[in-house]
Amino acid sequence: MAAHRCNFPALVFLCTLSVFIVVGSQETTPGSDADASAVNNPQTVLASDPQTVTETAGEQTPEEEPPVEVEEEERRWEATKAEEATPGDAPSRDQAMSEDPPRPPQPTDDFQEELVIRPLHSGDIYTSFQFRTVWDMDFMGGHKVSHYRLFPKSLGQVISKFSVRELHISFTQGYWRTMQWGQPFLSSPPGAELWVWFQDTVTDVDGTWKELTNVLSGIFCASLNFIDSTNTVQPSASFKPLGTGNVTDHRFLRYATLPREIVCTENLTPWKKLLPCGSKAGLAVLMKSEKLFHSSFHSQAVHIRPVCQDWQCKTTSWELRQTLNVVFDLHTSGQGKREWSLFKMFSRTLTEACPLASSSKIYIDITDNPQWDQFELSPATALLSQAVVLGDRRTYSVYDLTQQGTFGSMRSLNALLRWKSNDRDMLRPLLHGERYVAGYGLQTGEIHTLMYNHHPYRAFPVLLLDTVPWYLRMYIHTLTVTSKGKDNKPSYLHYQPSKDRVRPHLLEMLVQLPPNSVTEVTVQFERALLKWTEYTPDPNHGFYVGSSVISALVPSVVAMDTNITQESPLFSSFFPCKEESSYFMRIYTEPLLVNLPTPDFSMPYNVICLTCTVVAVGYGSFYNLLTRTFQVEEPSQGLAKRIANVIRKMRGVPLL
Amino acid sequence: MAAPLTLLLIVAVTVRAALFNSSLADLIAERVEVVSPLNAWKRVVEGLALLDLGISPYSGDVFHETPLIIYLFHFVVDYAEITFMLADGITAVALYMAVKDYNKQVFRRQKYALEADRYPMDCLELIRSPKEMYYIPLKVAMFYLLNPFTILSCVAKSTCGLNNAVIALFVLSTIKGSALLSAIFLAVATYQSIYPVTLFAPALLYLAQRQFIPVNLRRSSFWLFILQLAFMYLGSLFVIVCLSFFLLGSWDFLPSVYGFILSVPDLTPNIGLFWYFFAEMFEHFRLFFLFVFQINVFFYTIPLSIKLKDHPVFLIFMQLAVISIFKSYPTVGDIALYLAFLPVWSHLHRFLRNIFLVSCVLLACSALFPVLWHLWIYAGSANSNFYYAITLLFNVAQILLVSDYFYAYLRREHHLTHGLYLKRADGSEATLVLK
Repeated sequence: MAAHRCNFPALVFLCTLSVFIVVGSQETTPGSDADASAVNNPQTVLASDPQTVTETAGEQTPEEEPPVEVEEEERRWEATKAEEATPGDAPSRDQAMSEDPPRPPQPTDDFQEELVIRPLHSGDIYTSFQFRTVWDMDFMGGHKVSHYRLFPKSLGQVISKFSVRELHISFTQGYWRTMQWGQPFLSSPPGAELWVWFQDTVTDVDGTWKELTNVLSGIFCASLNFIDSTNTVQPSASFKPLGTGNVTDHRFLRYATLPREIVCTENLTPWKKLLPCGSKAGLAVLMKSEKLFHSSFHSQAVHIRPVCQDWQCKTTSWELRQTLNVVFDLHTSGQGKREWSLFKMFSRTLTEACPLASSSKIYIDITDNPQWDQFELSPATALLSQAVVLGDRRTYSVYDLTQQGTFGSMRSLNALLRWKSNDRDMLRPLLHGERYVAGYGLQTGEIHTLMYNHHPYRAFPVLLLDTVPWYLRMYIHTLTVTSKGKDNKPSYLHYQPSKDRVRPHLLEMLVQLPPNSVTEVTVQFERALLKWTEYTPDPNHGFYVGSSVISALVPSVVAMDTNITQESPLFSSFFPCKEESSYFMRIYTEPLLVNLPTPDFSMPYNVICLTCTVVAVGYGSFYNLLTRTFQVEEPSQGLAKRIANVIRKMRGVPLL
Repeated sequence: MAAPLTLLLIVAVTVRAALFNSSLADLIAERVEVVSPLNAWKRVVEGLALLDLGISPYSGDVFHETPLIIYLFHFVVDYAEITFMLADGITAVALYMAVKDYNKQVFRRQKYALEADRYPMDCLELIRSPKEMYYIPLKVAMFYLLNPFTILSCVAKSTCGLNNAVIALFVLSTIKGSALLSAIFLAVATYQSIYPVTLFAPALLYLAQRQFIPVNLRRSSFWLFILQLAFMYLGSLFVIVCLSFFLLGSWDFLPSVYGFILSVPDLTPNIGLFWYFFAEMFEHFRLFFLFVFQINVFFYTIPLSIKLKDHPVFLIFMQLAVISIFKSYPTVGDIALYLAFLPVWSHLHRFLRNIFLVSCVLLACSALFPVLWHLWIYAGSANSNFYYAITLLFNVAQILLVSDYFYAYLRREHHLTHGLYLKRADGSEATLVLK
């Protein structure tokens, strides 16, 4: 606050300047632009306001020197009466739909941030941050990219040095409880997950992968350097590139998980540093690690991929998405009172958007509260948005942080939600997976994977990917897939057996899930005894087996939006949607903790000595029999006589 | 003699068939004492399943059988039980015929020696009578077929039974004097599990003596015979290996089968000495001790062949015992094979020193294996050291058993040349010592 007051004179000056700029841009921009963008946003609900057109036109601010704050200052009084109309289309610099888009001469970049808050039926709060940086830059052109603005340099260098085409990395603490919480926008397995598509110019993919994991390990302060050939696989179907390009030769794909990885502050700090504003301004202010890690679920991810610059897709630009998903359990900590606020969750409030961001929004899911009888939201915002996400049409209240009015007179935003009633029911997720180990003892076992299809009448196929470490020797001939008590033969099966100490088992299959059914996949394994140096420091804790990955095109209840535009909310636009009737979903099962038989770690010397003794017993007795012959035993002299003879010898007397 | 043998075979098949149909079969097939990673039936089935999926069975580290085994079971996988019972039957009959023939030769040689007055007068009680030798072949067959080790091995469908059948056929063809068949069966046995290569020495000695070629390295006729036999052996080995190559179209099986046997990467517990030793080994000594332990198996061939050059059949017994004690993945099926030879040496009993102790230890260990395994793996109240201690004791007992028989054999030979009741120079009773 104090800072705001201090540079007030400067702001006034800038205000006047920006007024000129705004007026100028309004003149240069074709008037049809605003209409076009409104038309192309069918899911945007206009808040029945006649001033919409003028408002959006007024927002066509040039991006090059954005005095965002200034504008906000200036329009503070406006915001009370003029509700914002189209979330996302505001300063849309990439005007794909306009007739003659004014192309900037040099590569441009754009940064958007958003926070989605979804009250869950279990009483928990799901908060999801997404930050997107798009840069029209060609890392692969052969020329050296040395000037970075919004895109983090460390990642840009990684992309160009290792010829990365796509990179997806996630760090997760805790397990997402699908049956209580529904589907997350972007799921991730517990621990660390990394998958990378390399350019097809890479010749030594394994070597590049090894180097890349070590570099990423340094960037994110994580144990990614433990990724080696024993936990890397090349899935043939489950992980397709999410960006542009249609190279699907899975030789260039590497996928690895570290289910044991523990995610904490040291991983969050470097992740925050990748943001253009760091944690100094914008939504990232909320990321206070002591609060974020005091939660039921924490997942942070970085996704880098090439995306189309426009809908014709002649040129591509690089997209960096940073996501952070947290589930807070406020119900138990709040003495049974069901209410939350930004301050309660993060112990911070919002005062400004990131000045570098072209859009900065908070979405609060109010789908279940059409008449405001379930809970109330304050400060109230009249701005609504609708998005089709994960086969469900959701309604959101939107706070646009780029508008100063959002912050009110207190100059800080502390959104607060208070429940009025207590009834909870939830749409069951259509697809759900579970996994466990059956059997007892340390010799053999059986992995059971259960896949639930809750759709009442539609069957759909799913791809199941299982990566099992080599020390659980899997027997593929024991694989059974049953649904509704009947054998359900997978229509596609890709199996790569393991090599001891070299590579894991990879099992991928395409299974059709009948409607309203449970499909059970079982496979038996044998637990290996390892060398004593191959055990982890706490061997009796057990060994982790990474989550199974279930990828599916789930039939959608509502028509999906196949036309992802720049304006749609970030959380709904990650997976490209090819058809309206279904949407892509990837879920992860629980990781497994499997005990292995252990040797006695205190015994190496004893074992070496004892075993060698036994071998020596064998050798000695054979040697004895082989080299000696039977002879009649000579009567042996008594000890006294021998001593006497020695003395006699010394005396020179004849022996006895 | 055919009738008791038939009866024995019927009894053996009945016992096996009953066990195959009982619930015990699955339990036995999981026992680490009975199956090793090399010969477990579960892995054979896995190999066939991989082949059905269009994946080379050798691309993974589960299947370590030779291509011929895949080829065999590709056709008879539905009749696996019958195949394994048949293999046991073949082993027993082959051993029966071999021992019968061998006893005939022993008796003939004894007769010549007696006629030539080569035995001292007081050795008459060491002379073997045809009456006591009459039942030996049947006892051999019985020792093999009704040995619990063999039965377990057969019920678990361990391919060890097939290897034993090949070795038994090798013994039979050697004793019958057929050099070519002997070389072929030895090649198959070697191809199946490297170690039987050490049986080349006894085969060479036996066949040379049978063809009255003096065993003398200075004689060119002996060298010629060595070359002849080695050519037959290596030739058939080459043919089999090439055949395997053409069956699968790749050499992948060489590292996967022989590399696996020699480098011991799988440390699944078994009754041998390797698993715990290499699980606890310091990494930088691993290769050294691997060499030491593997050379140990092959190394005894030379001194034993020199010492026992006139007794090649006993040498076969010794080699089989050494292999089954010191091989990298031993199972009880391997032990059963050399235990089957014990009735052949029943005349040595008066010279055995600690047979009672050794047999007690062997029996106790066999009973303790499953107990301590249960305590370690299922109950969690013991640890690996318990099971390891039993394997140590079991192997010590085997070593003592074999060396005791070796001692007794040498001592009898000594008595046959020097007389049974030896006297010292002063006329008092002498004791024999090894010097």
